Amino acid sequence: MKHLSTCIAISLAIGASAISGTVQARDNIEVVGSSTVFPFATVVAETFTRKTGKPAPKIESTGSGGGMKLFCAGTGINTPDVTNASRRIKASELEKCQANGVSPIEVKVGYDGIAIANSKQATPFALTRLDLFLALAKDVPQGDDGQLVPNPYTMWNEVNPDLPAQKIEVLGPPPTSGTRDAFVELAMEGGCNTFDWIKAEEKKDKANYKAICHNIREDGVYIETGENDNLILQKLDTNPNALGIFGFSFLDQNSDNVQGASIDGVDIDFENIAAGDYPISRPLYMYVKKEHANTMTDIAAFMAEFTSDEAWGEDGYLADKGMIPMPEEERAAFGAAAKNMTALESL
Amino acid sequence: MSKTTEKVKAGLAKRYARERRFRRFGLASIILSMVFLAVLLLTIFSNGLPAFTQTYLKFEVDLSAEVLGVDANAEQAALRAASYSTVIKNTLAASFPEVKKRKQKKALRKLVSSNAPYRLQQMVMANPQLIGTRQSVWFLADDDIDTFFKGNIDRTLPESSRRIKDFQLVWLDKLSAEGKVEKRFNTEFFSRGDSREPEQAGILGALMGSLYTMLVTIMLSFPIGVAAAIYLEEFAPKDNRWVDLIEVNINNLAAVPSIVFGLLGLAIFIQLFGVPRSTPLVGGLVLTLMTLPTIIIASRAALKAVPPSIREAALGLGASRVQTVFHHVLPLAMPGILTGTIIGMAQALGETAPLLMIGMVAFIIDIPGGISDPAAALPVQIYLWSDSPERAFTERTSAAIIVLLFFLVMMNLIAVMLRKKFERRW
Repeated sequence: MKHLSTCIAISLAIGASAISGTVQARDNIEVVGSSTVFPFATVVAETFTRKTGKPAPKIESTGSGGGMKLFCAGTGINTPDVTNASRRIKASELEKCQANGVSPIEVKVGYDGIAIANSKQATPFALTRLDLFLALAKDVPQGDDGQLVPNPYTMWNEVNPDLPAQKIEVLGPPPTSGTRDAFVELAMEGGCNTFDWIKAEEKKDKANYKAICHNIREDGVYIETGENDNLILQKLDTNPNALGIFGFSFLDQNSDNVQGASIDGVDIDFENIAAGDYPISRPLYMYVKKEHANTMTDIAAFMAEFTSDEAWGEDGYLADKGMIPMPEEERAAFGAAAKNMTALESL
Repeated sequence: MSKTTEKVKAGLAKRYARERRFRRFGLASIILSMVFLAVLLLTIFSNGLPAFTQTYLKFEVDLSAEVLGVDANAEQAALRAASYSTVIKNTLAASFPEVKKRKQKKALRKLVSSNAPYRLQQMVMANPQLIGTRQSVWFLADDDIDTFFKGNIDRTLPESSRRIKDFQLVWLDKLSAEGKVEKRFNTEFFSRGDSREPEQAGILGALMGSLYTMLVTIMLSFPIGVAAAIYLEEFAPKDNRWVDLIEVNINNLAAVPSIVFGLLGLAIFIQLFGVPRSTPLVGGLVLTLMTLPTIIIASRAALKAVPPSIREAALGLGASRVQTVFHHVLPLAMPGILTGTIIGMAQALGETAPLLMIGMVAFIIDIPGGISDPAAALPVQIYLWSDSPERAFTERTSAAIIVLLFFLVMMNLIAVMLRKKFERRW
C-alpha cells in the first residue's frame, strides 16, 4: 500500500498549495447589494463585458443593508467596489463609510413600482392606501380619539364598503426584504397619514408612529411567502381570492396571469410609475467607492455603461427588464455625478 | 385438542390480521413515497426538457462594407468595432418592410436575441472575407419568441394578456411558413456561463464552479477524514476521556445545520485568513468542514467492520501497527470508506446554504478557470434562476435541476458499484 500513502501525500501537497497560491489582486469589478437592483445590474454587467471585452463584474445579491455593511467596511481588494440599494443610504451608514475612509458616489438609477396584484380569474381591485393600511396593520385606530384596537377586519368590504365581500388574504415578502420596507413606508404610512392624530404623532413620538404604521398583522391574514416573487405568483394563480405584493418587473413579465390593482385611482403601468403618479414606487440607487474608481479604470467604464441612454434611457434595455426610467433632468443630474465622480458628503 | 392449542387457535386470526395490516401499511407508505417521487420527477422533466431545445431563426444578412464601415483588409480591432447592430437592424427591416410604427419597429428588433450582432462579429473576425457577401445565418430567437414556438403562449387569449402581440404573430407565422424557424438541441445551455437573457444563459459556469469546489473538498476532506478515522479507530487509547469527547463532538458536528458552517467559513476563512469571497477555494474549504464528520464516521464504521483476526494475524507475524493498518486493514476497509466519501460529496454538491454566506450566490458570467476565480455552483444557479422574473427561466431552472440530479445519481451509482464490486463478507 505504498501507493495509498503517496496518494495522501500528493493530495495534501495539492491542498496546501491551493491555499497558499490564491492571495492575488482581482481584475474584475465586485458589486453587492439589493436584490431588487440585482436583475438590472446584471444586465448592465453583461452588456459592459460584451462591449468592452473586460472581465465580467461579479454581482452578489446581499440585500440593501447587507450590501452597505460590506461596502462601508473599508477600502482594498477584499471589499466590494459598488453596492446597489433599493433605498437611499442612511445617515448612520454614511458616517460609518466615512469613518472607514470610504467616499461613496451616489447615483440614482431609476424607479421600481410595487404591485398589489391578483389572479386574472378574479375581478381587479381598486384600492387606496387607507384600505391597505386598515386591512394589514396590526392595530387600527377606532374613532377619532386616538384609540387603537387589534385589527378586527376579516373581509375587504368591512374595510371599505366599495370593495368586494371577500376574505382578506395577502401574500407578501418577509421583513428582511427591501420590497417589504418600501411597501410599509409607501403604502402603509400613506394610509396611516390620513388619520390626523397619527400624523401628528410622527413629530411627537417617532417610535410610536412607526409602531402604529409599520407593524403588519400576524394573525394569518398577511402571509409571508419568502423573498421569491415567483412563488407568490404561483400561489396567486392557484388562489384567485388572494392578493400578492411584489415588484413591478414580475407583473410586467406575467401580465397574462396576474393583474395589478389600481392604488388611489391610479393604474399600475409603466407610464404612471415613470410620471410619479403611482403612489407605491421607490427609487433605486447605486453607490460607487470613489477610492476604487480612482485606481481601477473599469469602474468608470461600468458607471458610464449604467448611466448611458442605451441602458437607463426611456427606451433603454433596463426599461425592457422592468425598471422605470427617471425623468430627463434627474438622469442628467445623476449622470453628471457619475461622470465627475462627486462623492456624497452628507445627506 | 389441548387447551393451549385452542388458545393459540383462538388468537390466530387476530395475529394474521395484524400481520396483514402491518404489511399493507408498509406497502402503502412505499407506494405513497413512489407517487410523490413520480410527481416530482414528472414536473421537473416536463418543465425542464423543453429547455434542451432552442428556437433559431434564419435571416439573410448583407455584410456590405458600407454598412459595416470596414473592409476585408481591416485590422482585428476595427473589425471588432464595426457596426454589426446596424446590419441586424437592416436585415430585420428588409424582411418585414411593411413595419412602420415605432413601437412595432422596436418589437421587430427583439425578434432575435441581443447577442445577434456579436454572432456576426465573431463570424467576420474569424473570416474577414465574408465582408461584401450575403450570408444566411441562423440566429438565436429571443426568449419570448422561443416560449411561443414551444407552445407556452396561448394565442387564443386576448391580446392584452399575451406577451406576443397580434402583429408579432403575423411575423412569426410568416417566418414559420417560409421554413425559417428551427428548433435545435440547445448547445448554448451546455457551453455558456450565466446570462440575464434566458436564451443565452448556460449551465457550464456553474458546472465548472461545482467541479472546482468538489475538487478542493475531496482533496482536503478525504485525506484528513481518513487519517482521523484511522487514528481514532486503530491508535487512539481506549477509555480516554479526551478521545470520548472528540468522538461525541464529531457525531454532533455531523448533525449541525450546514448554514452554521457557512457562518464559520465567513468568520474564519474570509475575515481572518483573507481567502477571496465567492471562489471555489473558500466554498471547498467550507464544504470540507461539512463533509468531514460524514467521512470520519463512515470510515470508522468501515474500519471497525474489518475482523480483528486479520489485525492479530498481521501483528502475530511481526508486522508493526502501522504496517498492519496500511497493508491489511485499510485496503479491506477502502470500499466502505469510498462509499462514505462519495455520499458525503454528493451531499456537498447539492448544498446551497453555506455558500450563501461566503458570496457564492452571485451572478457570474465568465466560466471559472481555476479555484481562485469567482464562481457559482449548480444548486446556487438553480436558486438564482428560480428567482428571475423572465418566464423562460422556469424551464431553465428545471433543466438545471435535471443536470444536478444526473450528477447526484451518477455519484450514488458509483458508490453502489464500488460497494458491490469490493464488498467482502467474513
